[in-house]
Amino acid sequence: MDRRAKIVELIRQVTKLDLNPAPDESLFDSGLLDSFALPDLIGAMEKEFSITIPDADLNPRKFDTIERIEEYLGSRG
Amino acid sequence: MPFIKEFGSYLPSRVVSSQEAGAWVNTLAEWVVNVSGIEERRFAAAEESVSDMAVAAARDCLQRSGVEASDVDMVLVSSGSGERQFPGPAAETALKLGIPGVPAIDLPMASAGALFGLSLASRLTEQVGKVLVIAAEKMSRVVAREPRERGVAVLFGDGAGAALVTPDEGFAEVLDSEIASDGRFAPDLCLDWNRPLKMNGRTVILQASRKIPGAIRSLLERNAVDPKSVPVYLLHQANQNLIVRVADAIGVPTERFFSNIAKYGNTSSASMLIAASEWMNSHKLSKGDPVVFAAFGAGFHWGSLLARVC
Repeated sequence: MDRRAKIVELIRQVTKLDLNPAPDESLFDSGLLDSFALPDLIGAMEKEFSITIPDADLNPRKFDTIERIEEYLGSRG
Repeated sequence: MPFIKEFGSYLPSRVVSSQEAGAWVNTLAEWVVNVSGIEERRFAAAEESVSDMAVAAARDCLQRSGVEASDVDMVLVSSGSGERQFPGPAAETALKLGIPGVPAIDLPMASAGALFGLSLASRLTEQVGKVLVIAAEKMSRVVAREPRERGVAVLFGDGAGAALVTPDEGFAEVLDSEIASDGRFAPDLCLDWNRPLKMNGRTVILQASRKIPGAIRSLLERNAVDPKSVPVYLLHQANQNLIVRVADAIGVPTERFFSNIAKYGNTSSASMLIAASEWMNSHKLSKGDPVVFAAFGAGFHWGSLLARVC
């Protein structure tokens, strides 16, 4: 499974909804993620991709769309 | 050794339901309860000041302690909702307590102020003597500012809490504390004079969800205390959903996290000491029990404190 598909799967796990958001769709503005689901998604990504996201990187804008999440994860190698 | 001798609290009598608060922003009470756990909050009377509430909580604490105000050696008052830019309410509070001349220091910090006050008092008490820590907030005047936002206006309430820290005796010994600040996030939760409270809820929740459990874990780890052995966690009462997430992150049942947010809402810095006061009144203490305090708020400021029942 590629990274994008894994991200979508994690969003589905966190929201408990069978969603398929567009890569550039705002997860917040569309109501898919609320303030409390975001920490859950961050935690799930850390586990799935075996990374630790430092507090300084915890800017909601970095995780607003699937594309931005991919971009962030890409920057982490 | 620093000890916590007693807690005290004061809540104004006017009850504002989430139905009433929700109506200000065209929102149902169910939504308010769902996003915050808040069913009602207390609002102070128009003429009631932050220092009035601070004095009421302080008197409750001193009465329970059996300590006279004249025996207090220092007063720390936390408030993010005082009437003036300066002076803050500390000196006025000490005056109303009948102890002018005693050093009275303001901590204008909002939510984490009581935790910082307790931590500072614990570090100072051996040098200065009895330190009265008070946190008092009149958030009703803040939420009344237009334009009211749905995610802010319904959250807050008024009230005050107090704790007496002494160098020689109390119900619990303060073993350790850690406090931290990061000004990068100051714009994400701030209150300018005569402006509505500005809160980037996503950033606040994201950071708080990490920093509160982190502060608790590191404090307990360096004191070799298993989080599961702690019978009570007393947190700043910001949001019930956040409290649940912190409990999950620490790996202990939510029931260990004392909560009264349903009744009083988020009373900013006052909330942790109001919760501590209620917890102390309603629970039997066992010698040796660890007690953990933690808070996070505007600044961002956050931290944790570990005490053990004597």
